[in-house]
Amino acid sequence: MSVKLTSRQVGDVTVVDAAGRITLGEGASSFRDTIRDLAASGHKKLLLNLAEISYIDSSGIGELVSAFTSVANQGGVVKLLNLTKRVQDLLQITKLYTVFEVHNDEAKAVQSFQ
Amino acid sequence: MHTQEQVLESDLGSVDSAEEAVLKEAGYLGFDEDDLHRIGMALRECLVNAVVHGNRYNRRKKVYLKVVRTPDCLSITIGDEGDGFDPGAVPDPLEGDNLLRGSGRGVMLMQAFMDEFQVSQRSPQGTEVRMVKCKARAE
Repeated sequence: MSVKLTSRQVGDVTVVDAAGRITLGEGASSFRDTIRDLAASGHKKLLLNLAEISYIDSSGIGELVSAFTSVANQGGVVKLLNLTKRVQDLLQITKLYTVFEVHNDEAKAVQSFQ
Repeated sequence: MHTQEQVLESDLGSVDSAEEAVLKEAGYLGFDEDDLHRIGMALRECLVNAVVHGNRYNRRKKVYLKVVRTPDCLSITIGDEGDGFDPGAVPDPLEGDNLLRGSGRGVMLMQAFMDEFQVSQRSPQGTEVRMVKCKARAE
């Protein structure tokens, strides 16, 4: 299974629920397109819920970073929610914990954008 | 000792099937779920590098996979037919602004997930990467 992305609005925060695999190829490009389209349509507060992400490779990590920088360049913010143990480990190895704001509670994460 | 060798096409479909075969070999050694995940990920990163950066999806070029299973360790060797690769030339992905680069983390992940990681020039052309993962010894 590649990645499945669905977005929903909680106040002015767009929560993107991601499930499956973000790897080089279809998964990474579909993730990139979704973030680009959301940002282009004015959604500048993005909370990526990665609870159902089963696998992410270095390309997937690269897409997370690119989402962070491209949305920031448009005046927006990307934060992460509900990381699995494996994604947490990857963010630690890559030191991206120092870049991303990570939350485990959706309500608090949404509040943090205010 | 058990040895398995495969010649793979330079496409991403080959990566999926090779990952499945190697994880089966790793499973025979009794690695736990976390180690299987690490081996699978290191393998995928390496194969993707061979297909994308080494052979550049060139259908005339192949990827050479060799897996050797001993009672305690799994050794994986992956060769491509590209122009060669100097791991020392890869910018440190943990350094300053490199943290925000969209790529360049594959080698670091392979090194983090495997016990041994060596890159050499493949004869007559290309790059060969050898990675080894051994079972943790009981204290």
